[in-house]
Amino acid sequence: MVKEGYLYSEDHEWVRVEEGKAYIGITDYAQNELGDIVFVELPELEATVSAGDQVGVLESVKAVADVFCPVSGTVVEVNQGLEDEPELLNSEPFEQHIFVVELDGELPALMDAAAYEAFLAE
Amino acid sequence: MDKLLFEKDVPGSNAFTLGLSDVPAHDCAQEMDAALLRQTPLDLPELPEVEAVRHFTALSHRAYGVDDGMYPLGSCTMKYNPKINEWACRLPGFAQIHPDQPAQTVQGALSLMAEMESMLCEIGGMDAFTLQPAAGAQGEMTGMRIIKAYHDHRGDTGRTKVLVPDSAHGTNPATAHVIGFDVVEVKSDADGMVDLHDLAAKMDAQVAGLMLTNPNTLGLFEQNIMEIARIVHQGGGLLYYDGANLNAIMGMARPGDMGFDVVHYNLHKTFATPHGGGGPGSGPVGVKAFLEPFLPKPVLTKADGGYAWDWNRPLSIGKMHAFYGNFSVVVRAYTYLKALGATGVRQACQLAVLNANYLRVLLRDAYDIAYDRICKHEFVCSTTRAMEENGVGATDVCKRLLDYGYHPPTVHFPLIVHQALMIEPTETESKARLDAFVRAMKTIAQESLQTPEQVTTAPHDTVITRVDEVRAARNPVVAAQQTEA
Amino acid sequence: MRYTPHAQEEIASMLQTVGVDSLNDLFLDIPEELRLQRDLAIGPGMEELQLRRHLQALAARNTTTEQMPSFLGAGAYDHLVPAAVEQLLMRSEFYTAYTPYQAEISQGILQSIFEYQTYICRLTGMDVSNASMYDGASALGECCKICVLQKRRPRVLLPATLHPGYADTVRTYVTDETMELHTVPEKDGRMDLQALAQALDGQTACVVVQQPNFYGLLEDVAAIEKMVHEAGAQLVMCVHPTALALLRTPGEVGADYVVGDGQPLGCGLNYGGPYLGFMATTKRNMRQLPGRIVGQSVDGQGRRSFVLTLQAREQHIRREKANSNICSNQALNALAASMYLAFVGPKGLTEVAQRCYDLAHYAEQALAAQGIERLHGGPYFMEFAVAVPDAKVANQALLQAGMLGGYALTDGLLLAFTEKRTKEEIDRLADVLGGVCRG
Repeated sequence: MVKEGYLYSEDHEWVRVEEGKAYIGITDYAQNELGDIVFVELPELEATVSAGDQVGVLESVKAVADVFCPVSGTVVEVNQGLEDEPELLNSEPFEQHIFVVELDGELPALMDAAAYEAFLAE
Repeated sequence: MDKLLFEKDVPGSNAFTLGLSDVPAHDCAQEMDAALLRQTPLDLPELPEVEAVRHFTALSHRAYGVDDGMYPLGSCTMKYNPKINEWACRLPGFAQIHPDQPAQTVQGALSLMAEMESMLCEIGGMDAFTLQPAAGAQGEMTGMRIIKAYHDHRGDTGRTKVLVPDSAHGTNPATAHVIGFDVVEVKSDADGMVDLHDLAAKMDAQVAGLMLTNPNTLGLFEQNIMEIARIVHQGGGLLYYDGANLNAIMGMARPGDMGFDVVHYNLHKTFATPHGGGGPGSGPVGVKAFLEPFLPKPVLTKADGGYAWDWNRPLSIGKMHAFYGNFSVVVRAYTYLKALGATGVRQACQLAVLNANYLRVLLRDAYDIAYDRICKHEFVCSTTRAMEENGVGATDVCKRLLDYGYHPPTVHFPLIVHQALMIEPTETESKARLDAFVRAMKTIAQESLQTPEQVTTAPHDTVITRVDEVRAARNPVVAAQQTEA
Repeated sequence: MRYTPHAQEEIASMLQTVGVDSLNDLFLDIPEELRLQRDLAIGPGMEELQLRRHLQALAARNTTTEQMPSFLGAGAYDHLVPAAVEQLLMRSEFYTAYTPYQAEISQGILQSIFEYQTYICRLTGMDVSNASMYDGASALGECCKICVLQKRRPRVLLPATLHPGYADTVRTYVTDETMELHTVPEKDGRMDLQALAQALDGQTACVVVQQPNFYGLLEDVAAIEKMVHEAGAQLVMCVHPTALALLRTPGEVGADYVVGDGQPLGCGLNYGGPYLGFMATTKRNMRQLPGRIVGQSVDGQGRRSFVLTLQAREQHIRREKANSNICSNQALNALAASMYLAFVGPKGLTEVAQRCYDLAHYAEQALAAQGIERLHGGPYFMEFAVAVPDAKVANQALLQAGMLGGYALTDGLLLAFTEKRTKEEIDRLADVLGGVCRG
């Protein structure tokens, strides 16, 4: 499932920009590939990040995936609720951001919903 | 489920005691600062001896070893563990000696170790061995440290990368990473072999070496091994041999002759020492002569007075273990090699390969064989498309095998084969056992097509059914609850 | 001997099924120049009778601690192993099993590891233990690495009072451009706290303290803990498990990580291995632990079940991103430790620890009566160093008198006293050493 109104990276993160802040989570496709997520290692608060940086880790029972930051800026919020309820990333991936980055410039080139859908179909 | 030891506590029931002491009793509390002493009572359960014996005996009934049945776990070489090995390592002369005893009081142990080193050299075509690494993974660490030390010693400090094939065991990239190397993956070609073009493209002056298992995890011998060695050596790198699959070639071919500079063996695979439910193993490392100065210290030497430990090893990578490794595992493997001798070693290898090929051919009708040609000690098959359409995957086949009394094959590995079942029967399974295993596998294939839920909900006949692993990982409970005060 | 069950006719029929003419034809995929054209030069095989004689002859060339009382400790201790432990470890369902990845047929192994983890937690006063490591030294090496990665600080402080084999192993484990080792010097056999204060800085990831230390002495762990945590570093305690029956637990001290060797718990001497590395930590650091961990869960019918958990930390999943490459551990030794603790029970373990303490303190007096003084002052557990002019000469004299002496230090002899030693043996030790020192 791909949702309109979000931007997408090739690492299967979604980005939603509100007032200069990028909310970042993982796509439904990503959670489905990983399976039941059992642990979320959140990015470090106030860290300066560049697009493409590895900032966190998701663990399922039999797999592990890095969380990459699709944008550049400063981490200003992390979704601490995921530490106790990582399963939320499975049940409502588009409602649960993992972290928020205050952008320090332009957004890098990301896909829109249609492009991401085409990317998944490849 | 059986109760935990901690739930069987009956205060006052344990009768263990040392008996009367013949020296005066001291009171720690009088002699030491309270800040040094335990503040809370030791909360351990008390059981009478007979109940503790029954507890562990009951646990053993819920375990499954090679002595219980066939264990065709790919790349794990679960062969029969001869009983005389267990007898040998428990001889007081081996079991009741302290690692710091003077050399003159342990000449039997030292000469056993020295002979073991020389037998391992001969089997691998290497020049020197250390028995210190306590497991295969620690052997890998030792070997890769030696490679790093060699480059560093030559002032060739720019070699920061290690090449690892995409079919490799997870320990290879993990080892390279923990030593501080960057891992570069080399692709497999359509035949399941190292892709020579990809290797040549990735081999450069920053590469410290290549880690390779031969035969590889598909059970296929890397036929281009001489060319692979040439490419790596020409680029200034060294060749590391992961001995996980040594059982497939021992007595028939030697990694040293193929150009490998460093090898590790797993005594608990190839040389029939028991796995112990996850250890102890032993992972000796062998090297070519030019790398000998880098071996862990101490090394065994022979002087007029007999064997002794040589600690004066200025180029040594250091120590991997407080003492000399898992000595009593070495005694078992030594006993095994002395029992088999040269002919027995070769025969074990040949029959391991025969058993694997026999299964491969007989399972061909019911499963997809990845790379269906003469294999070595193991091969990889997959669930068929028709099975998958019924929702049956490799894990389900494994779980159903439990109902039929088998330990299943290695599953979902190597990563380059979809729904992989990696089967290594070893040489110690008889034709009758193999035939029975084939019947079980074929029955499961049939069930997958006719009554798939029987397979997808398996196992049915074990003491428990599938465990909720998600729950275990989300809310980890990793120790028994403290008893109420 | 051979362990292959094939009858000749079976081999022929199997070859036919495979479609090759001979066993050698199964190896044609190996380039001809690589095929070994001769027998390995490892000698012929032996049959059981011959093999037994051969091994017995080798074993007879070693002097055992049953033949001579031993005063060697220094990381390997001659404690009693109850017969029940030895007998139960021979159950081949345990020792011929693989790692319990198939939980449904491995509940016995999994439960035994869960019980082992619980025992380690209760002994150390920590929250979480892994399923075991190779030995105390490599466990300490892995632990220092974890601290460096976790704290993102490069420095590891090792005391000069740490077992030298452990220090050497840590050095091998931590050799990396991103990490640096610093030795904190000793003062009268203990960590020099002033030097520690100077060495501690914002770059220090962890400080290791061995309790009791290599010389058997007790370190001032309360003071060290305060200094380490004030500097924002982590405290790693390396402990002797039997001593934990008497001594303040790492949990009570406030340690972040605990490692040690479980060898005293039913593992025997075995010329140095296999022993039992253990590692435990606080709940907060649970996911930093390397290696296998068993967790509790339920099966499809809601029954309590055990299973390997938190596996996404491990090498087979994390591959080149794993912080440790450990796979096999020392499961059978962990089982031995659980059995040992079950058979001796809490009172028995305390009694063993107390007896070691009593014997060692008797020995101090007996040696002093012969004019042999301790090298250091201060409290100790079951091991202490004495001043002798030449440790090697002293050990030779003891050997002549039918005793295995102590661990030779540059300026003395390190002597250990387990519950197996007797007053009579100690008196003899004191006699002989007294004679040596009087010349």
